[in-house]
Amino acid sequence: MKVVIIKYNAGNVRSVLFALERIGVDAIVTDDHDEIRKADKVIFPGVGEASSAMKYLKERGLDKLILSLKQPVLGICLGMQLMCSRSEESNTNTECLGIFEQEVKKFPDNQSFKVPQIGWNNICGLKSGLFKDIPENSYMYFVHGYYVGNGEGTIAKTNYILDYSSALNKDNFYAVQFHPEKSGETGQKILENFIKM
Amino acid sequence: MLAKRIIPCLDIKNGKTVKGINFENITDVGDPVELGSLYAQMGADELVFLDITATNEKRKTFSELVTRIAKHINIPFTVGGGISTVEDVSVLLDCGADKISVNTSAVRNPQLIYDLANNFGSQCVVLAIDTKFIDGEWYVFLNGGRIPTDIKTVEWAKQAVELGAGEILLTSMNNDGTKDGFALDITRAVSESVNVPVIASGGAGTMEHFIDVFKEGKADAALAASIFHYKEIGIPELKRFLKERGIEVRI
Repeated sequence: MKVVIIKYNAGNVRSVLFALERIGVDAIVTDDHDEIRKADKVIFPGVGEASSAMKYLKERGLDKLILSLKQPVLGICLGMQLMCSRSEESNTNTECLGIFEQEVKKFPDNQSFKVPQIGWNNICGLKSGLFKDIPENSYMYFVHGYYVGNGEGTIAKTNYILDYSSALNKDNFYAVQFHPEKSGETGQKILENFIKM
Repeated sequence: MLAKRIIPCLDIKNGKTVKGINFENITDVGDPVELGSLYAQMGADELVFLDITATNEKRKTFSELVTRIAKHINIPFTVGGGISTVEDVSVLLDCGADKISVNTSAVRNPQLIYDLANNFGSQCVVLAIDTKFIDGEWYVFLNGGRIPTDIKTVEWAKQAVELGAGEILLTSMNNDGTKDGFALDITRAVSESVNVPVIASGGAGTMEHFIDVFKEGKADAALAASIFHYKEIGIPELKRFLKERGIEVRI
């Protein structure tokens, strides 16, 4: 089993690497096209800002490479947002990878809610093997100021100010808004489910 | 629904936890990784590790410890203590820390908050404030509460958030160590004047104090040390108590 974490300028790959180690998976972090293409599983993590991350991916041809992948791919947090059609982060209208049709929008202003959302929130309406043996309303750890609306590919929903997609799936592409690598035992189980796909 | 967070804080000196802690289930009570893992299993939502040595020669010990924590602990954690440059933060984040906290260095050089947010994102920049109530006003204190300033706490919190702080960790020196409850008024004042989460700290003594700080203090998270370390309150029982009283917590 060869698991690759895509290396780009949107950090926190170390946490993902350690989380995989905890479930007995030795992953490698690389931006080498051949290595990524040959992997059995690809993880596309990310903490950072959309437009600069997209620019970086394009400069290295990683955008086209990701789109061409046939093995299971898991986007995490910013990784998920970059897999959508566009993002309005930082008042840009950044064109993203377009794997999922939804757009990434800023949470609307609301007196009773702080933005970004930081902390543990529930996931519900769980579909797909990614959530095998994961109970409805499990708590996952989120850190984000932008959200992806619900749509055809929605396989988990969360409520914060509004109902939105906390996980997406289309063909071999999976994506989660939360951080499974930081979400305790339940997050660990989701990573295991992905690795077993 | 977003849950209120319960955060144990561990003080670290020369790579070891400081406070005398009595837990039977772990072999080395001085090992921050074992204690942190135990808290994570018990249901802690996050952990804070504060390096109270924080001299330059000890920093390497701490960064090695941060790597070990990141390897073993599957919930988010913040590290703080003596951080004063972008380079310090870069090292700690590379070791696997999720967030870092700055305190005195940010007051001395507010540009640091901007630089950290700009380089690493606001989500990992926690501004810690030690505050004390004097003559009708809450003021910011430095160097672990030893040096007073004439900076008003709410003003500083607002300025820091504008500069890019992603969370505020607010410790009331009047309440810290008293076990008489959190400082509800200043916690609420800060929480209502910034749009980032506020972690209340100082004064936790009973489970009711947590209800008060979440309901009246409008805190997003509550941090405590000794009541957890000395097992005066267990995290599972605290969370059940909060849930029964209508506070959203992760169980």
